[in-house]
Amino acid sequence: MIEFRDVHKHYADYHALRGISATIREGEFFSLLGPSGCGKTTLLRTIAGFEDISSGAVLIDGRDMAQVPANVRPTNMVFQSYAIFPHLTVAQNVGFGLRRDRRGRMEKDRAVAEALEMVGLGGYGARAAHALSGGQRQRVALARALILKPKVLLLDEPLSALDRKMREQMQVELIKLQRQVGITFVLVTHDQEEALVMSDRIAVMFEGEIAQLDEPEALYARPVDRRVADFIGVMNFLPAEVLGDGGEVVAVRIAGLGIVEIPAAQISRAMPGDPGPSVGFRPETMTLLGAGEEPRGAVQVSRGVIDEVVYYGDMTYYDIRLEGMGEAVEPVRISMRNVFGRDVPAVGIPVRVAWSPGALVLFR
Amino acid sequence: MRPNWLGAYALLYLLFLYAPILLLPLFAFNDATIVAFPLRGFTTQWFGEMWENATLRRALGNSLIIAGSSAVLSTCLGIFAARASTRFRFPAKGGIMGAIMLPLVLPEIIVAMSLLVVLLSIGVTLSIVTVIVGHTLICMPYAITVLTTAFASLDPAFEEAAQDLGESKWGAFRLVILPLVMPGIISALLISFTVSLDEFIIAFFLAGNQPTLPTYIFSQLRFPASIPMIMALGTVLVLLSIVMLTIAEYFRRRGAARTGQNDRGFL
Repeated sequence: MIEFRDVHKHYADYHALRGISATIREGEFFSLLGPSGCGKTTLLRTIAGFEDISSGAVLIDGRDMAQVPANVRPTNMVFQSYAIFPHLTVAQNVGFGLRRDRRGRMEKDRAVAEALEMVGLGGYGARAAHALSGGQRQRVALARALILKPKVLLLDEPLSALDRKMREQMQVELIKLQRQVGITFVLVTHDQEEALVMSDRIAVMFEGEIAQLDEPEALYARPVDRRVADFIGVMNFLPAEVLGDGGEVVAVRIAGLGIVEIPAAQISRAMPGDPGPSVGFRPETMTLLGAGEEPRGAVQVSRGVIDEVVYYGDMTYYDIRLEGMGEAVEPVRISMRNVFGRDVPAVGIPVRVAWSPGALVLFR
Repeated sequence: MRPNWLGAYALLYLLFLYAPILLLPLFAFNDATIVAFPLRGFTTQWFGEMWENATLRRALGNSLIIAGSSAVLSTCLGIFAARASTRFRFPAKGGIMGAIMLPLVLPEIIVAMSLLVVLLSIGVTLSIVTVIVGHTLICMPYAITVLTTAFASLDPAFEEAAQDLGESKWGAFRLVILPLVMPGIISALLISFTVSLDEFIIAFFLAGNQPTLPTYIFSQLRFPASIPMIMALGTVLVLLSIVMLTIAEYFRRRGAARTGQNDRGFL
């Protein structure tokens, strides 16, 4: 559908895209995720045609877009600022792209009404665009782009201007909308949660390169390096010492957890900036055991002391200092769903935690 | 009660600004050739005289043509410059924009003199056309200042959005940018018009034997008998200025309301 072939983008003194090669599939919800300045918006704009590339190629449906200007590309964009034309009404905004359409006035009006209906703004056509709320503007921007039935809809941080409740609601609506229209969506976001919620696949970008392109579950469970692991969700890192490499498994001594054999499938690369080999795990893969509670399944048990409790209502984060992890290492953070009627353990209490070697990722 | 010094200052300031202007209509309707109190009685004679005066009519006609042409020229050129300076990056941008804005601070008499020398040396006949050229030069900085503000307040995504929705660059400019900066364009036109209308030095140097309003008024000041008529003319010009300012403000507010801004401006 969309193919990047070794795309480079140089600005006068800045290498914004450093050899991007990736394929976005037809009909998928694809996200470009990364911190600000990683090149994700630049990459999106190369699809739209607002950014020339220095070398490489961007193809849409197998066709090289190098000589195709923005106004004839089969893409439409929802801008971060929404760019709703303030001098036009809602209906004029949504119908803006139909100017070159040969259909009659009546049919165009009907198409505009349908598009507004689709985004939940039926009957808003006559309103002045500048009088809309942020959420409404975003819907108008969506209707304005989708009315042209593009092959690709590009979304540049479309939810960042909304408050949290509105954002979560729009996330669900966008997913539904994408399924309904079946168009390829490419979303740019710096919000990892948003990317995980909405995407079929995510490209995580750092410094002009794609660090990992994967499905959300894979990205979360098996980050390719510490940067990705750190950027997506919360991950605990413990220093590890490699004792022996058996090919299939690697034996490591992990601070606080002891000696563990880690299968090759759970090994990711360490980056030049990393402080030596380390083992990571997600907060929910470790469980706090109640007094006298027996662990279930193939798990191991370690001891520690609660260092901090962060209460979130539905769940609680516990920072735990494991026995033998050393003073220099940050306590590990584990998350537990709160159970009604059961007390939340307090700071300073010695506890036992259960964890599974299968949830560990070795970065070496 | 403590005396309100700031209030008194403000009152004096306004009095100093406007009292002379308020005297204009007073003496324009005064039935005497000498501009002095006490007033003698009401007359519209001076307005009649003004209307009958063929040279003055010609001066007015010349001034309107010059002001209209320089306003249109400097606003059109100003649109190019303002758009270039807000939308694009190019080498020596600061220097080029500075050079365009320079007439704002150059002594006008220097501009007028150097233009005169150059025009005469290349053999151009002095006429209202040469005045239009000179006025366009000095009106440009005013037009650019107003237009740059108008262009700079636009979200650059507007233009991209229009292109994204299928419009060419020209279409995006015509359908989105132009309507949004229209209040700025009207302001620039009116300001340039006003600047040109009362400009004296360049008109005096470059008009040849053609009168413009300011040069005509200046020439009449030597004849005490025609001073009441000049007062009448002044009254008309003040009224005209107020009308123009009102129109400009109306358009500015309408533009602001349409795009949902709510700054109050000057008025």
